[in-house]
Amino acid sequence: MSTATSTLPPKRVITTKPRFSDKVFRAVVTTGGFSSLVILGLISLFLLYNGLNVFKSEGLKFVTGFDWVVPLPEEGLAAQYGIGAMLYGTVVIGLIALFFAFPISVGAALFLSYYAPEWLKKPMVLVIDVMAAIPSIVFGLWGFFVLMPHAEYWAKLIHKYFGFIPIFDMPANAFTRSPFIAGLVLAIMIIPIITSISREIFAQTPLDRIQAAYALGATKWSMIKSVVFPYGRGGVVGGAMLGLGRAIGETVAVYTVLNIVFDIRIEVLLSAGGSVASMIVNKFGEANPEELKALMASGFVLFLVTLLINFLANFIINRTARE
Amino acid sequence: MSTTTIPRPSKPWGVNFKQTIPDMIAAFATVLLTYAIVAYTPLKGKLAFVIVLFLVAVMASAAISGIRRDRKAAMNSISTVMIYVAGMFVIFPLGSILYEIIKRGIGGLSFGIFTTDMAVTASDAPLNEGGLIHAVIGTLYIVVIASLISVPIGILTALYLTEIKGKASGTVRFFVQAMSGIPSIVAGLFIYAVWMIALGNQYSAFAGAMALSILMVPTVARTSEEVLKLIPSDLREAGLAMGGTQWRTVAMIVVPAAQSGLITAVILGVARVAGETAPLLLTMGGADALNLNPFAGNSSAIPFYVWKNFLLGTETAIDRAWSGVLVLMIIVLFFFALTRFLSGRKGRF
Repeated sequence: MSTATSTLPPKRVITTKPRFSDKVFRAVVTTGGFSSLVILGLISLFLLYNGLNVFKSEGLKFVTGFDWVVPLPEEGLAAQYGIGAMLYGTVVIGLIALFFAFPISVGAALFLSYYAPEWLKKPMVLVIDVMAAIPSIVFGLWGFFVLMPHAEYWAKLIHKYFGFIPIFDMPANAFTRSPFIAGLVLAIMIIPIITSISREIFAQTPLDRIQAAYALGATKWSMIKSVVFPYGRGGVVGGAMLGLGRAIGETVAVYTVLNIVFDIRIEVLLSAGGSVASMIVNKFGEANPEELKALMASGFVLFLVTLLINFLANFIINRTARE
Repeated sequence: MSTTTIPRPSKPWGVNFKQTIPDMIAAFATVLLTYAIVAYTPLKGKLAFVIVLFLVAVMASAAISGIRRDRKAAMNSISTVMIYVAGMFVIFPLGSILYEIIKRGIGGLSFGIFTTDMAVTASDAPLNEGGLIHAVIGTLYIVVIASLISVPIGILTALYLTEIKGKASGTVRFFVQAMSGIPSIVAGLFIYAVWMIALGNQYSAFAGAMALSILMVPTVARTSEEVLKLIPSDLREAGLAMGGTQWRTVAMIVVPAAQSGLITAVILGVARVAGETAPLLLTMGGADALNLNPFAGNSSAIPFYVWKNFLLGTETAIDRAWSGVLVLMIIVLFFFALTRFLSGRKGRF
C-alpha cells in the first residue's frame, strides 16, 4: 500500500472588483437616494435667503408682533411684518381640530381593532382611506357650503349655554368663518391620519397579553385600559402629532372657512382667526416684492415648524413600532 | 314502540325573556325621560333631542350593568357606547361629502363642458356656456410632468433604501418620512422662489408640475420601498450567483418582479397630487383660456378652476365650482380604485 502524498493546492485569492456598470449603478442610485435631502435643504435655503432681509429688519418681532402693515410708497412709513397673530391662530385651530379629532380617531381605531364585526372592518378601512385621498379644496367647499350653516347653529348653542366661559364669549354677532368652524373642518381632514396610525399601532399589541387580561376576568374596557393603551401610547401620540402637522400646513380648506384677521383674540366662536398657510395665499395675489419677501419668511417659519413636528412624530412612532 | 322525546337543548348562557325585562323597562324609561326633558326644559329642537337621548341612554345602560355586576361593567358599557359612536362619526362625513358633491355638481355636468373653456364666458353666464377643458388639459399636463420628474427620484430613493442599504439609509428614510409632511404651500413658495424670482421665468404649467413633484416624491418613495422590501432576497442572490452584476440583477430581476407594485406606487402619488390646490395658486397663473403649451403662459388645472369659481361667488360660478369638484373627485377616486385593483390583484408579488 502506498500512501499518496497529497500536496495542497495554493490558496486561490478571491477578489471582487466592482465592475464599471455596478459603479455607475451605485452612484446613480445613491445620488437619487440623497435627492430628498437635497430638496429639503434647497427649500430651507431658498426660503431663508429670500426672507433674510425681513428677518434682519424685523428681528424677533417677526414671530411675536401681530401687525402686518404694507404702507403705500407715498406715505413713506416703514413696513411692519409680524406673524405672531397668525402663529397663534394656527395653534388655536390646530388644537381645536385635535380636540375633536383625537377622541373620535382613537375611538374609531379601537372600534376597528376590537369591536367591529368582521364584515364591517374592510369597508370601514376603505372609507378611511378614501377620506384621506379627498383633496383639500373639496373639504373647503364642503365646509363652506354644507358644514358652516350647521356649525354656525352649534356655535350659537355653545355660546348660549357656555357663554360665561371667556373663550365662548361673543363681542359681535358674527358666528361664520370662525376658528371653531375651521377647526371642525380640519378635524374631519385629520381623522383618517390619526385613525389609521392608531389602528396600525393597536394591531401590534401582543395577543398573549390581551388574552392574559381576559383570562384574569377583565372586561373589554379594562383590557384596553391596562394592555392596549400602555402599549400603544407613543404611537397614538405620534399619530396625533402627524395630524397636527397636517392641520398646521393646511391652506385652501382653512382659507375658505376662516376669516383672517391680524389680531389675537381668545374667543374661538368669533369670525376672526389666523393661519400662516392661508395668510400666505391671502396676501400673495397683491404682494409687492418687499411683502413677497415677508411671505417667504413666513413660509420658512411654517416649514421649520411642520418639519420639527413631523420629525418628532415619526421618531415617536418608529420607536413605538419597534418595541 | 314508545317514542322518546328529545328535550330541546337549553342554552344556559343565553338570555331568557325574564332577563331582558330590565333592559326593556330601561329603554322605555329612556325614551320617556328624554321626551320629558325636552318638553319641560329650555333644551329644544332635534339636536337637543339627539344629545339628551344619547346621554340618557348611556347612563341607563351603565346603570343596568352597574346594578347587575359592578362598577367595572358599568364603565365597560359606557366605553362601548362611546367607541361605537366614534366609529359612526368616521363614516358620516364621507357620506355627506359624496352626497353633496353629487347633488350639487351633477347639474352643471354635461358633455359640452369638456369641449370648451371659459375664455369668452362671463361668470354669471348660464351653465350650458363655457367649460373646463382648459382645466382638464392643465391637470393632465401637470400630473404627467410631475410624474416624469418624481417617479425616477422616488424609485431611485427606494432602490437606495432596499438594494444599496448604505450607511445613510436610516437618515434618508427619516427625511423622506418628514418630507411627506411638508405643507403644500411651502412647495409652491419654494418653486416660486427658484423658478420665478431666481431664474426669472413666468407662470406656467411646468412650474406647477415641479411644485407638485416635491409633494409626490415622498409618496412614491415610501410606497416603492414597501413593495421592494417584499421581493424575496432569494431572487437577488440567485441573480448574483449566476454571475450577474448588481445592476443587471436589479434591472432584470428585482424591478420586473416588483413591476405592478411600483405602478401602484406611481398611481398613489398621482392620486395624492391631482387635487392639490395651494402650490398651483402660486405657480400657474390660472388662465381661463385653453393653453396647450405647458412651458409658457398662464394655465389652469381643475382645483384652480374650482378655486377661481368659488372666489367669484356668483350663483352660476358656485355651480361651476361644484361641477369641477365632481370631475376632480371622479378622477381622484378613479386613480384610488385603480391602486386598489392593482394591489389587490393576485400578482407575482
